[in-house]
Amino acid sequence: MTTTTEIAVGTELPPLRIEPISRATLALFAGASGDHMPIHIDSDAAKKFGYDDVFAQGMLSMAYLGRLLTDWVPQHKIRSYRVRFTAVTPLYAEPTCTGRVTDITDGVATLELTVTLADGTVTLRGDATVDLS
Amino acid sequence: MHIDPEKAKALPFRPIEAEIERGRLRFFAKAIGQRDPVYSDVEAARRAGHPDLPVPPTFFFSLEIDDPGSLSFLAELDIDLGRILHGEQSFTYHSLAYAGETLMLQPKITDVYSKKGGALQFLVKRTDITRLTGEPVAEATFSLAISHPEVRA
Repeated sequence: MTTTTEIAVGTELPPLRIEPISRATLALFAGASGDHMPIHIDSDAAKKFGYDDVFAQGMLSMAYLGRLLTDWVPQHKIRSYRVRFTAVTPLYAEPTCTGRVTDITDGVATLELTVTLADGTVTLRGDATVDLS
Repeated sequence: MHIDPEKAKALPFRPIEAEIERGRLRFFAKAIGQRDPVYSDVEAARRAGHPDLPVPPTFFFSLEIDDPGSLSFLAELDIDLGRILHGEQSFTYHSLAYAGETLMLQPKITDVYSKKGGALQFLVKRTDITRLTGEPVAEATFSLAISHPEVRA
């Protein structure tokens, strides 16, 4: 865990690399998160809705990015956290979570957050504010 | 079919009482590949100064969708499940919550707006999360994108 005195504008968080997304990943997250939407766990349902196959729950990627934050600072320091879902995460994708400090004002750091797949697709963009005091 | 913003904003949502279970938090930690033992091992959590396993940053979303009625607004507004995508999600935090606690969640649709000449509609739902004493824990904001392919932008 980082000590807050080392943090400055431009500081990069250590990237968090995620194992390739499998059907098991999606089934486990459906059960654990309570999101039982069939489009994420049932290929037949995904095809019915016009997709080639199941794809990951957006909240799974948001949870991975949450791990990036809590690996970096104790959770009670996080004041806000938001994301925009910009692309779906297909099966077998390999997400990497990254973050960078873009501002520090009155002891509160603003972080720019991204989840990017191995092929360069950005699936999530977001930001968080973290108390440095 | 387009959502009527006034109808959406007037929809009543009953408050949700949600118990936080240790076993469920461990399952969630496993499902997201969480390696920090603070989120799955009560002794590790206590050593880090927590009274029990903490609720991780995004789990409040799960507390809400666990409620059997939490998605009934989709049917009440005639929203087709094949045309929706989770557009945005945000959380504001006031205090950590822990396994063993019971929280109250109060959702409300706060906004409905259109983009691309009506080809896309966005529905924004805000949920206030508090302890039974009324002490604020967090706010969650969910934004749903609904496509209307019949509308040419």
